[in-house]
Amino acid sequence: MTTDKKELAVAALRRGTVIDHIPNDMLFKAVKILGIERMPNSVTIGNNLSSRRLGLKGIIKVADVEFPEDVINRIALIAPHAKINTIRDFEVVDKRQVKLPDEIVGIVRCGNPKCITNNEPMRTRFHVVDRDDVTIRCHYCGQTVKSGDAIID
Amino acid sequence: MNSNSLVSIDDISRDEILDLIERARFFEEHPDQKILDGKVVATLFFEPSTRTRLSFETAVNRLGGRVIGFSDASTTSSSKGETLKDTIKMVSNYVDLIIMRHYLEGAARYATEVTDVPVINAGDGANQHPSQTMLDLYSISKTQGKLNDLTITMVGDLKYGRTVHSLLMALRYFNPTFHFVACDELKMPKEYKDFCDANGLKYYEHTEFSQDVINASDILYMTRVQRERFTDIMEYEKVKNLYNLHASMLADAKPNLRVLHPLPRVNEIAQDVDDDPKAYYFEQARNGLYARQAIICKALGIDIYKEAKV
Repeated sequence: MTTDKKELAVAALRRGTVIDHIPNDMLFKAVKILGIERMPNSVTIGNNLSSRRLGLKGIIKVADVEFPEDVINRIALIAPHAKINTIRDFEVVDKRQVKLPDEIVGIVRCGNPKCITNNEPMRTRFHVVDRDDVTIRCHYCGQTVKSGDAIID
Repeated sequence: MNSNSLVSIDDISRDEILDLIERARFFEEHPDQKILDGKVVATLFFEPSTRTRLSFETAVNRLGGRVIGFSDASTTSSSKGETLKDTIKMVSNYVDLIIMRHYLEGAARYATEVTDVPVINAGDGANQHPSQTMLDLYSISKTQGKLNDLTITMVGDLKYGRTVHSLLMALRYFNPTFHFVACDELKMPKEYKDFCDANGLKYYEHTEFSQDVINASDILYMTRVQRERFTDIMEYEKVKNLYNLHASMLADAKPNLRVLHPLPRVNEIAQDVDDDPKAYYFEQARNGLYARQAIICKALGIDIYKEAKV
């Protein structure tokens, strides 16, 4: 097998998940949201790779994990065009786009210091109010924030 | 969670607003009704607010209910670090209704999620204060004979004033024309102008509190310009007297014009306005009692037309 040196020297996954088309400035937020930092699995992270669509993109490969849909959809908040490839026996068996849920529970911290969620031991809750620029509104204090600027817990 | 709770004016429909106004009118005519006999109501004021608390407590008393509660969180377990959730759960064991004021935004919404007792929000930080909005709507309806097609001028602090924001949103059902009069530093935030655009509400912005604007208005809603809102004290000194109302400015106003103010006022309404028949802010505060009687009965699911004795 000849290897094109311009290609990335990353081993193909036997089994696992590839998350592609993450905006390059959101890659590490995506890592955090999915809790990848705490996983014992083999993880490959690439960033600032060239992408026709995004200019620069990030990619995450996690071996031996298939994320539940509600978990993976959490990254729609910051990477609305991310593609999820499920790999089994080196084959892509499923390819789908993340879907932004109507409500986001946990994950995001409210930016309003006077919000009850920053002062009580409780989970945050946000409603998606604009899907085009992914704006979310705190269920409690009503403050809105563009998801790219949101504080991820 | 009790669905009779009132956290935000946005939670209630046009019909519910009109129904509450009718019920407030009923209580104005028949204020003393023993329909809360045997009921205990908690007034939990984690932040002091004498005016609002007295109004709510008077409403309960005139309805024959009993009140427990506190007027300052420093005397409660929350000063020992008790969570809001625990305080609400504890009080829920004792009472039929919770009326709460809190310095944190979203506190009342959260309270509804941890108890089955109905909760009335009596103000949560800069967020919501729906009983104030109801008394404003009742005052407008009562003085103008209608809520539809009115020209409403809001003056002063339109940036931080939660009363003007809530009133603006509640009026979306009634085809108002708004005039927003404020200095650049305190002008109406973009999100509320976007709200007007999205709901097809007409609005005009002014930095000058002009005679033309006053003369075009049915309602003049004054608010206090607070020194602490300014990052630049020089700017405050420049604008502090520009949005003050004097009796002479009302000379050519429409005969139906009424001046509203959520109170407390400082000098944004001169004392000489008090004697003008167009001054309405003290009656407005009294209307708060009737509006709150209506809100309390709604929260307790009491059909006043059945229960009241007239």
